This record gives sequence, structure tokens and C-alpha cells, in this order.
Amino acid sequence: MTAENDIPEHPVAYDVVVAGGGNAALCAAIAARHAGASVLVLEAASKFYRGGNTRHTRNMRCAHDTATATLSGPYTEDEFWDDLLRVTEGQTNEQLARMMIRESKEMLDWIVEQGVRFQPSLGGTLSLGRTNSFFLGGGRAMLNALYLTAARLGVDVLYEAEVVGLDIDSDRFRAAIIRQRDGITRIRGKALVAAAGGFEANIDRLVEGWGEIARNFLIRGTPHNRGTVLDMLLGAGVDSIGDPTQCHAVAIDARAPKYDGGIITRLDCVVFGIVVNKHAMRFYDEGEDVWPKRYAIWGRLVAAQPDQIAYIVFDVKSANLFMPSLYPAIEAASIAELAGKLGLDPDGLSATVAAFNAAVRDGSFNPDILDDCRTENLTPPKSHWARRIDTGPYYAYPVRPGITFTYLGVRVDHDARMMMKAGGSAQNMYAAGEIMAGNVLGRGYAAGIGMTIGSVFGRIAGRGAARHAAQ
Amino acid sequence: MQRSEALTEADRLMTICNSCRYCEGLCAVFPAMELRRSFSGGDLNYLSNLCHSCGACYVDCQFSPPHEFDVRVPSVLARVRHESYADYAWPRALAPLFRSNGIAVSLITVVSIAIFIIGFVAFNDPSALLASRHGPGSFYALMPHTTMAALFGAAFLWAIVALIQGARAFWHDMGEPASVLAEPRPLLCAIRDAASLRYLDGGGVGCYNADERPKDDRRFFHHLTFWGFLLCFASTSVATLYHYLLQREAPYPLWDLPVVLGTLGGIGIVIGPLGLYAAKRKREPAMMDEGSRSMDVAFLAMLGLTGTTGLALLLLRESSAMGVLLALHLGAVFALFVTLPYGKFVHGLYRFLALVRYARERHAS
Repeated sequence: MTAENDIPEHPVAYDVVVAGGGNAALCAAIAARHAGASVLVLEAASKFYRGGNTRHTRNMRCAHDTATATLSGPYTEDEFWDDLLRVTEGQTNEQLARMMIRESKEMLDWIVEQGVRFQPSLGGTLSLGRTNSFFLGGGRAMLNALYLTAARLGVDVLYEAEVVGLDIDSDRFRAAIIRQRDGITRIRGKALVAAAGGFEANIDRLVEGWGEIARNFLIRGTPHNRGTVLDMLLGAGVDSIGDPTQCHAVAIDARAPKYDGGIITRLDCVVFGIVVNKHAMRFYDEGEDVWPKRYAIWGRLVAAQPDQIAYIVFDVKSANLFMPSLYPAIEAASIAELAGKLGLDPDGLSATVAAFNAAVRDGSFNPDILDDCRTENLTPPKSHWARRIDTGPYYAYPVRPGITFTYLGVRVDHDARMMMKAGGSAQNMYAAGEIMAGNVLGRGYAAGIGMTIGSVFGRIAGRGAARHAAQ
Repeated sequence: MQRSEALTEADRLMTICNSCRYCEGLCAVFPAMELRRSFSGGDLNYLSNLCHSCGACYVDCQFSPPHEFDVRVPSVLARVRHESYADYAWPRALAPLFRSNGIAVSLITVVSIAIFIIGFVAFNDPSALLASRHGPGSFYALMPHTTMAALFGAAFLWAIVALIQGARAFWHDMGEPASVLAEPRPLLCAIRDAASLRYLDGGGVGCYNADERPKDDRRFFHHLTFWGFLLCFASTSVATLYHYLLQREAPYPLWDLPVVLGTLGGIGIVIGPLGLYAAKRKREPAMMDEGSRSMDVAFLAMLGLTGTTGLALLLLRESSAMGVLLALHLGAVFALFVTLPYGKFVHGLYRFLALVRYARERHAS
């Protein structure tokens, strides 16, 4: 920053300054405070909206050797590693990832010591009951517990305090410049923990990677993840990791608000119907695999369709087979009427449904397995759960790509310390959470792993930052 | 039938909550909700009466205000609950008592106390009201026991009949078969859950009141109130048995069972409501239904008045204030009895029935 002298200095300098206010930030702040450091948390959001996307989470994935009161069986480090390898298709740093998985075991107890409570897996997510620990009351309950613990320990928190500048001298953090309602302040710190999330809420940045179509994307979480801290760090010479053009995208209800619609706008009914674009044409195999494995490809698929919109169409036979969601399905007595309500060509949709129905080969329908209900001689095929759409009333959900998080981040070492483009680690700059998730999660996603990355690297970063400040 | 605004809003919220389910470990409301995909009026009345207003789902919700989804489960369910009390009131003509409940209960109480004072004066020598008396039978010098028993027996009977009719209406609205009430398991389960206030604990840490800090005050004070009420009731019952079976007349010595039970109970229904009122004053407004406030406060005040006058009567029963205090206490108790079916008291009955149904549903699923 230039004109440094014009910015008023905050009266207190801290050992550790944490940029961000979610799970990773709070774990870092608490760990640093436990280690004796004075800590300031800078949260851009208001108190209600504090915590970034942690507000919308509900579980974390931690390795454990035995079943517990809330976990139905063991989940070994090796199994966790295999899952991570599979979802990332190898785009992970094995050493860092294995260290994270090892540390995740301790995390289950540590996070409970910080006041967070777990419960057995939630209804509708029984498949995660063995691997994932669910927060009682969800992510905001977790945040409330962490903030109460941080306050009790004496961590200072500023809300609506956006980091607008970082004073970095080569590889050394000196101060954060923050903007609050009453002006701009410069706050010095002996160490920085950057835990301010990705840039998924910055539409202009998404446009850089995706083109103009990104303007039709919906953002599932906080509007505050604009990537400003990430940009400042990369601009200051910190090395990057992860594909800048990639993000995690699922198909969510097109009627959802632009930001912060959260979990309740997701739709789990793709496998039970057909999905058509605005020309009433199918474009992908809806029954390719079980839904949890295909959940995250549909954002990308819909993004590739004209106007980034698609419609899941099904009939009354499937109406109650999936988790309910916020907006009611659009309902009609006939396919043509349904097309009218969706603004699609009635003849086109009728023809698509008729062609699909004609291609369906009867089998024994079973939503719990890869069943033998499939189409023949249809392009694209529907490989499983294909049943004729022939019983009214008929239903449809409009869907758009919903962006969960981005992969671009800062490269870190084993101490969660940022690495510089010029080589070597930064002196006193650490990162945790989505802002460095790309180190272990270069692509794909496994439920609850974002919280694991946040907690494990948050604690490591907090401890490291406190240690550095004490030197 | 046109749904009330509160029911429509509750339906919207339950649709949101059913899509999220993050709160399902907090209490009984959300697991009960998950057994359904759409919500009839009876379902919503059931869920609203199952809610203990612990507030955990409000502070844990990522969609509570200022979020645009405006999810306020405790306050909306409180509103639905309040409306349901009026819907189930018997006779129907008295349903409006639930509107402006505070004024209605106050008026009934004032009139009731006035009648006792006037009665004491009219049926006795006017100076009798201020005379000091001692020993057994001193109360009955002002009002013959038979008259007292007949009057309070009638008021009590009225309350019982009206409460049973209300319970029947609620049970029918939920669509539960009557046979469920004959099953021991759901009943025992509900008795345990109600007696321990299992769901007034914020999912295990204490309920939420002013902010996101859990506190167990409300459960503590509710226990004082509830058990205090039961002790007072036990005291009256024992005294009635003494009178008819043992021919022993009130007032009883301080060490005697009716006095001991009544004193402990009286302390409970004074301190408990005071604590609950203090908590209500501090409560986050977004967690409350403003329309229920006067009903809530009226019931707390009635309990407090009954307890205070009872304890004062005990302390001053041998002084010249006894006559006036007896009129105050009997007036308060009489008003409490006749307003039981038309005030906050019914929450206990309907919540208990909702817990019975919940126990049955849980077991069945």
C-alpha cells in the first residue's frame, strides 16, 4: 500500500491477525490463543452472516479407528486417502493430504473441546453415517460454539471489517488494512493467517474463467467470498495452486436467490426423470451412476447448455422418491401443458418424452442400486432408473449451475505457511480453509472435506502463527 | 377451509426445514416433521404444540432473519399454538377469551376477588372480615366449608370438562385414533419427556433466550412452576381428604402435610413464574410471538398471585388480615380454576398429547 502514512493506525498490534471468520479462521484463532498469542479475527460479514460458507455446512470428514457414539463404524486413514485420491483423480499433494488425514483423527476430539457438538448422521444422508461427523444444529451452530469459545479465550473479533489491503514486505506480513463503516485502519500483526475463502461470489472473476455464461450462475453460499485476500496474496508474490478456471458446481433450483440459498435449493431428482435444455432436448445420461457420485457433474453440464438453464422432468411415480426442497415442483396434467408452463416448445418436449418412453426397457426399478431399468437405442442413453414418464400429474424443476467453491488458492507447506513464487516459504504468513484447499483438493469433492481442510490446517496455521509471533 | 396467515407461514417454514434438516437432532419437532412431505393444518398444530420454544433452531439457523428466507420457527410455531388454543376452546363461544387474554383473565380475577370480599361481608357481620381468629375452623367462620367445597368443586369440574373437550378437539385435529391413548408405551414416554422437560434443553446445552449463549434458566424456573403447581394441587387434595375422611378442619398446623406441600408449592409458583417472566423480558423478540405475550404473562401472574396470597394467608392467618387474605386467595384460586381452559395452562395439556403422539410415531417408524 502506498500513502501508508495517511491511514490511521489501530491502537493495538496483535501477535496473530486472522483474515476471515469461518471454520478455518476460528480454528486458527483458537489454536493461536491457546498457544498464548494475542489474536484478532477480521470478519467482513456482519455478526449474523459471519462464518462464510461454514454457515451452510453440516459435517466434517475425519478418519477414526473405531465406531463412536455418532459414527457408525471405523474410517481408516488409508480409506480416507483412497477416497480423496478417487475424487481428485490424483490432483492432490500426497504428503500434505496424508498429513491432513492423520491430523483429522485428533480433530474429532479437539473440535468437541471447543464446544462443537456432533450428532448421528442426518436424515437423507445415511450413506455418510460412517465417515462423516455431523454438527448438531448444522454449521451455524458450530460457528456459534467456536465464536463463544474464542470470546471466552479472549480472541478479539471485528465484524464488518473487510481486509482491503495487506502490507507485505517481500515474504513478510506487516499489517492488514481494513475498511469498517467508520473508515480505514491499519492493524499491525506479527503473523497473518489468511482464511478468507475463495472467489466464487465474484462474478467478474468467474467470467474471466468461464466467459459471459458465468453471469447466469447462482452462488450457493456467502456473497462475501470475493477472493480479494487471495488476489492480494498472489499479487504480493505468493505462489498459487489449483486451476483458476475451475469451481465446484451443482445443478440447483433456478428460482434460488443469486447468493446464499444454501442446502435447501439443491435437487436430488435428476436420476428419477429426464433433463432437457431450453430446446426441450436431453443432453446427458441421467442414470449414469448413483446420485452422490454424479451430484457434482450437473452444474457443469447445465452450464454448457444454452442460457445455462435446464429442466428436470418426471411424473407422479417419482414425486416422493427424493428429499424435498424449497420450491415446489411445477405441475401440469399433461406434458404439453408442462412445456407451456416452463416456456418450452410443447411439441418438442412431447416428442422428447415420447422418444424416451419408447426407448425404455422394462426392468425392476430399485432406487437404491444400479438397477436394470434402462433405455435402448437412445442418445444419450439413460443407463439406470429409466421409467416411462407416462402418469400424470407431471412435474418439472428448472435448474441452473450453483457454485459452491473455487479451487484456486495459495500454495502452502506442511506448517500451513504460504510458499512464495520466488521459492521458499513466507516468514509469517499462513493459510487455511478454502483459500488453500487446492493443495489437497485439486478437483472434485467429497462430502465434509472442506471442513476437514479448514479445521486441520486452521489449527496448524494458528499454532504456527503463534509460535512465530513468540520468537 | 382458508388457512390462517400463521398456518400458511408455518407451512412455508416446515417446507424449508424439511429441505434442510440440520436441526433434526435438537428436539422432537424436526424428526416429526421429517415423517411428512406436506403439512395439513392438523400436522402444523401438532408440530407447533410439540415445540417447547427452546430457541436452539433459531440461533442455529443459517436462514433466520435478516436472511431473506426469514425462518423464525419458534415465533411462528408459538403463533400457531396460540391460535390452536382458541380453535380447541370449549365451549366455542369462549374462544375469544384467548384474544386479549391478559385483560380477560385480569377482569375475571378482579371480579372473583370482589365477590369473595362482598360475600364475606354480606353473609357475615361486616366486622367479621377484620376479626382475628385462631384454630381449626377459623376459615369456615367466614365461609361455610360446604359452600366453599361446592363452589370450588363446580369450578374445578367446569375446568376439567372444558379441558377434556379441548383435548378431544386437538386429538381429533391431529387425526390420531383414540386407541393410542390406551397404549402404555407412548403414555409413559410422554410422561417422562414432559416431567423432565426433555425438549426444553436446546439439544443438550440449555435453551436459548437472549442470544446464542445457551442458558438453562427457563427449564429450571419451569420445573419450579410445574412442580410447585402440582404440590399446591396435592396440598388441596390432601386437605380435602383430611376434611372428609379424618374430619380434620383447616387451618392445619405448620408441620402438617397440607401446609408443608402448600408452602413448598407456593414458593415454587411464586419464584418459578418470576424467573420465567424475567427470562421473557430478556428474550430475543424474533424468537417470540408478540400476540401470545399477554396470555403468557397473565398465566404467570395468576400463578404468582395464587402463591403469594396463599403464603401470606399462612403467615398472617392468626391476624386481623386473615379475612381479607382469605378472600384474596380464594378469589385468585377460583379465577385460576375457571380460566385454566382459557389461558396458557392448556399448553401443558396439548404439549403432553403432542408428546404422546410423537412417542407413538417414533416407535412406529
